Amino acid sequence: MESITKARKICHLLLRFLAFGATLSAVIVMATSHEKASVLVFQFEAKYTNTPAFKYFVIANSLVTVYGFLVLFLPPESFLWRLAVATDLVFTMLLVSSISAALAIAQVGKKGNSHAAWLPICNSVPKFCNQVTGALVAGAIAMIIYMILLLNSIHRVLDPLILRKC
Amino acid sequence: MASGNVEKLELSFSAVPDKPKKDWVLLSLRVLAFLATASATLVMALNKQTKNFVVATIGTTPITVSITAKFHHTPAFIFFVIANGVASLHNLVMIGVDILGPRFDYKGLRFVLIAILDMMNLVLASAGDGAATFMSELGRNGNTHARWDKICDKFESYCNRGGAALIASFIAIILLLITTVMSISKLKPKN
Repeated sequence: MESITKARKICHLLLRFLAFGATLSAVIVMATSHEKASVLVFQFEAKYTNTPAFKYFVIANSLVTVYGFLVLFLPPESFLWRLAVATDLVFTMLLVSSISAALAIAQVGKKGNSHAAWLPICNSVPKFCNQVTGALVAGAIAMIIYMILLLNSIHRVLDPLILRKC
Repeated sequence: MASGNVEKLELSFSAVPDKPKKDWVLLSLRVLAFLATASATLVMALNKQTKNFVVATIGTTPITVSITAKFHHTPAFIFFVIANGVASLHNLVMIGVDILGPRFDYKGLRFVLIAILDMMNLVLASAGDGAATFMSELGRNGNTHARWDKICDKFESYCNRGGAALIASFIAIILLLITTVMSISKLKPKN
């Protein structure tokens, strides 16, 4: 019994650490993405600050990174875990909306929009596009892990002396 | 007399547990959330504007081209409509489950299922919201770095109606968040 609860605690800690790592890597990859290109006579630089959607993605993921870091140090039997369920919910919502927004804008950048006469830009800055894609993948992994953590929190609330594996 | 007391105790333990009070707060929150998501879906789905543009002038006759702006031109708005539609369906089903009461319970699994489904609903609704917000921001302000023109100065009422659908969806998300927290707090640990 002792070893199973210990394994469960380690598993939970590992999940939280993975989520922290995923959001951190999403922030870093998105923030370091920039590329210069020259189209005809124009010299333009593609950075993540060009679009508010990518800025929102970076800000939301940094917030969740800080939260994930703080939660790693929460002692396992403290009564604050009930509050952690609510804050987990809010931060998961934030993550999901940020990744959905960045995905929407990235889709316009890749395919353009013929109805609004918006041309795709990925042909001119392929390295920027690839890096943004990588950041989005990291964000998606973080989102999935946070949803698993939410289910785990509900499980904890239901059965404080849970004896099953995580 | 002692056996009588024991009998009475046994009776009270085996009696049917009293019916839980109906939670009017949660039910009214769900009704409001259903109204908000349904109105967001409808307003965005019926969002259409046609406008005539003068493209060129040959002699004295201007050549006009009529352009229509519809919601399904953008995948972000399609996802918004789908997400809010699914969310309003979920709210409807949950209202039905609340009204019909504990008749469809199986070993207390009902509350867990409601909590999990509420969470997934919240995630879906917030995803739809995030995409549509930033897409309409792009339509309103354009993006000079990518040479994307704004379209809201030409299609005013399309943009305004989209904004109204977005506001309804934001209200729905806040209501859904409160509802989810309440359904999770209804779960009781097995002691």
